[in-house]
Amino acid sequence: MRYFPHTEEDIRRMLEEIGVDSIDALFSGVPPDCRRSGAMHLPEALCEWELDRKMEEMAGQNAAAPSLTLLVGAGRYHHHIPAVVPALAGRSEFLTAYTPYQPEISQGTLQAIYEYQTLAARLMGMDVVTASHYDGATALAESLLMAIRKTGRSSVVVSRTIHPHVRQVIQTYLKPTGYNLVEAGFTREGTTDVTGIDWSNAAALAVQSPNFFGCVEPLSRYADAAHGAGALLVASFTEALSLGVLKTPGSQGADIVAGEGQSFGLPMGFGGPGLGMLGARQELVRTLPGRLIGKTRDRNGKPGFVLTLATREQHIRREKATSNICSNNGHCALTAAVYLATLGAEGLARTARINHNKAAYLAQRLQEIGMPLVFSAPFFNEFVVQAPPGFEAVRQALMQKGILAGLPIQTHYPELDTPYLFCATETVTREAIDRFLAEVKP
Amino acid sequence: MSIQTAASGLSMNEPLLWERGRSGRCGVDFPKDDVPDCPLPQDVTASTAPDIPHLSELDVVRHYTRLSTWNFGVDTGMYPLGSCTMKYNPKTNERQAGLGGFANLHPLVPEAWCQGALRLMVELEEDLCEITGMDAASLQPAAGAHGELAGMLILHAWLSHKGETRHKIIIPDTAHGTNPASAALCGFRPVAVISGPKGILQAETVRSVMDEDTAGIMITNPNTLGLFEAELPEICRIVHEKGGLVYADGANMNALMGIVGMGCIGVDVMHLNLHKTFSTPHGGGGPGAGPVLVKRFLEPFLPLPRVIRREDGAFGLSEDFPLSIGRMVGFYGHFLVWVRAYSYIRSLGADGLRQASRLAVLNANYIRARLRDVYHLPYETPCLHECVFSDRHLLPYKVSTLDVAKRLMDYGFHPPTIYFPLVVHGSLMIEPTETEGKEELDRFVEALRTIAEEAKGNPDMVHEAPCKTRVTRLDEVEAARRPCLAG
Amino acid sequence: MKDIAELRFPENLRYAPDHEWARREAEEAVIGISDYAQDQLGDVVYVELPKVGARFEKGEVFGTVESVKAVSELIAPLSGEVIAVNATLENTPDLVNSDPYGEGWMIRIRCAQPAQYDELMASDAYVAMLKG
Repeated sequence: MRYFPHTEEDIRRMLEEIGVDSIDALFSGVPPDCRRSGAMHLPEALCEWELDRKMEEMAGQNAAAPSLTLLVGAGRYHHHIPAVVPALAGRSEFLTAYTPYQPEISQGTLQAIYEYQTLAARLMGMDVVTASHYDGATALAESLLMAIRKTGRSSVVVSRTIHPHVRQVIQTYLKPTGYNLVEAGFTREGTTDVTGIDWSNAAALAVQSPNFFGCVEPLSRYADAAHGAGALLVASFTEALSLGVLKTPGSQGADIVAGEGQSFGLPMGFGGPGLGMLGARQELVRTLPGRLIGKTRDRNGKPGFVLTLATREQHIRREKATSNICSNNGHCALTAAVYLATLGAEGLARTARINHNKAAYLAQRLQEIGMPLVFSAPFFNEFVVQAPPGFEAVRQALMQKGILAGLPIQTHYPELDTPYLFCATETVTREAIDRFLAEVKP
Repeated sequence: MSIQTAASGLSMNEPLLWERGRSGRCGVDFPKDDVPDCPLPQDVTASTAPDIPHLSELDVVRHYTRLSTWNFGVDTGMYPLGSCTMKYNPKTNERQAGLGGFANLHPLVPEAWCQGALRLMVELEEDLCEITGMDAASLQPAAGAHGELAGMLILHAWLSHKGETRHKIIIPDTAHGTNPASAALCGFRPVAVISGPKGILQAETVRSVMDEDTAGIMITNPNTLGLFEAELPEICRIVHEKGGLVYADGANMNALMGIVGMGCIGVDVMHLNLHKTFSTPHGGGGPGAGPVLVKRFLEPFLPLPRVIRREDGAFGLSEDFPLSIGRMVGFYGHFLVWVRAYSYIRSLGADGLRQASRLAVLNANYIRARLRDVYHLPYETPCLHECVFSDRHLLPYKVSTLDVAKRLMDYGFHPPTIYFPLVVHGSLMIEPTETEGKEELDRFVEALRTIAEEAKGNPDMVHEAPCKTRVTRLDEVEAARRPCLAG
Repeated sequence: MKDIAELRFPENLRYAPDHEWARREAEEAVIGISDYAQDQLGDVVYVELPKVGARFEKGEVFGTVESVKAVSELIAPLSGEVIAVNATLENTPDLVNSDPYGEGWMIRIRCAQPAQYDELMASDAYVAMLKG
């Protein structure tokens, strides 16, 4: 097998050096009652040509962009990824390196992730950002645990306008802790309803902006409400590209920001891996979970970077750590940094603007054919429309034509009438939108 | 034999990203607008452009290319980090993960449109169960520690379902820090147990602490000393007798494929690290994946959604598992990492995986044999896929394990894991993996032997190391005292 | 790390087995960690101290002191209420290393049970324990 360099001669000489007859003898410490009774039953090994063929066939059984007209977001977004991004991020010195525990030979990763931390902090309006969390959902769940630790309170208020999957993850994390989850509803405008929230013992209010409906939430108002009650405001997002045009969550009073960075140069990948972007105000830095990279100097005064504040982490604090996280999504953070570097300030702002323009156009045209917006709050690149009864049959028919027309969200929000969540990114042409509409209402 | 693997060469300096670039530069071009401009309301939009640099495409390329040359990856040289299994990351796996049908697949497409992806998930779950001797799996956890959390949540849920509350969990002193941290996230209090004189856990020790308030035990097998926990079957019996469960940290599975089935020796729930045993790249910190595997009786508690086979034979995703611990990530998990692991398993087959474990164990024992006269071996017990030395022979010369690790870089090797496990003083944990050939192992051994000589005759050389790298030892104290975490 | 002979243990202070020192001033006491403790810890990077008003029993954890790679708990040598905390340690934790008995002081308490002071070790007893 091409990954194993050992020749028969090598093995013979190595066994001689060790002083045993066979490799089997090296397993003498494994008692008989621990051994497998038979060989593993796995498919026959494939050589590279055979593997290529098999995987292409398997990949071919999936309907992926760009052959589809994808008018769905809901937590994963199809964006153009410039060729330089995979070309640079995929360099094997970045890809096959380990966590930079030995900084002298890891300055590439360390500087690149320090730069990511900086760019992310600026975009989110936070003082410090970690070197990545698994995804937006787990980052948000852990933010709430942070808020609980910081305030000493035992309940968190979670807006229903947060992505349903993300709310499920929060529940999973909170279940064994005994902490309480209180839900906040939403207004007719499509944003979180902070009136009537029971703030007693609330450590934090968690909201998402743009929210699951695509609506931009008025974070400053929530910051006032939360801070007035002695709670923290935790802001999240599923569409990172919105940071290219919207006010930063930090500038609106968020104490912690936990969002999904997949839109920054990561492929949709059937939902993973993503990028947990997690940032906080300075005073919360020691409760942050995950790795942090700091700037320092070497013995000759040369600037360099190291992992720092490691005493928060599991390998030192063990059961008292801020989290159990060890491996993170570092390479995804690197990829995001390359993407942001490539787009730059102008490219990011312009791409964000184009996203909104496409979505606004789609929303306008849908309105014209009798599918009006359900909510009046401003949206970024996603929005909810009320479809006529029977739209589902139309939608199924459209699937046969390679168009995924929105996502039905009634099961998550039964109080709404035939709601469909639509998305249009910069990858959707006007022509595709017009063609879709012609199919719906010829 | 030359040991000069590392040499000096032209290395390019490179400023921070925002020190490069110039206002007006941009690394992307745009088409003409095909839809009308529709500005967002002023009260939600930022008043200035995002505060990130302006770079041309070549600026970006030069920046990251240069940064990459400052790194050391598995592709550069041997990376013998104990318990990390830094084996070769096959390039064909990258090709497969890059196929459009995988990479550009939205997770919410209808089931009929992702049968290939769902099939891959089902087959990978089945493969991993076969390899470990377990009955059911979820690929969802995003990393090993996340898999441990899944395991602890399953344990907690299983107890709850039986109407029981237990507060403690047994964790050996050799355990990775993620073990007690994961247990604590579920409200369990770790009870530490000391390993015996042979470096492995003794059944009697477990018997003395196991009671009806203990949810179970978290073990690693082979343990972090690289030793097989030979008393594990008895330990499992003791724990089960008192109504507890056995969790196995499968980080060291690279020693056991095709040889030991964890499920067969009494383990109830375990995780695997795809970025260790199954060759997916570490990427400078992640992403990996930490699938959780269980015995049949725990299957109802696995995270959701789960991949299922419908009546018509098609694959689907279902949340219809009322006892599930719930969702652990936003969607299904690190799919593109699974593609790589799947490709690896298909490329090796049962014989290949078994051979990988056998050669991994051969390599570690070879290093152990060739260094034991120079570095102190704390345990006579033969090792499996990794070996651990202590700093006992270095101490008289006032040379530390850290010094040795730093000096190894000057010889062109990534250092082994140091100061872990905590039970060995100044531990040096070496895991070569099966993808290193004899010549490389010999060069590594020679380098370590030379450093041992330097420690005796020229300790300053070792104290000052590394000297060939771009930067010398960095001031971690200042970085912690006055952290500068953003520029 | 230094030899015990190279370290200082002022005679006007009392010492606890966990290496904290106390200096009694009427009904109050100032508390810190000994020269031996700071030498063992290495460079101190962070000290986590309680808030003014917090109360501790003798033997309880009142804070932590961190080096780059380790965290140690601070154990109260006396019971009392915290009436002052050394805020300069926030930005200059190095003071614990350079001046453990002076500028590196950690908390000042009002003693709940002043008699506990006499239960602590005198300088020579502490040194004997370290050599022990």
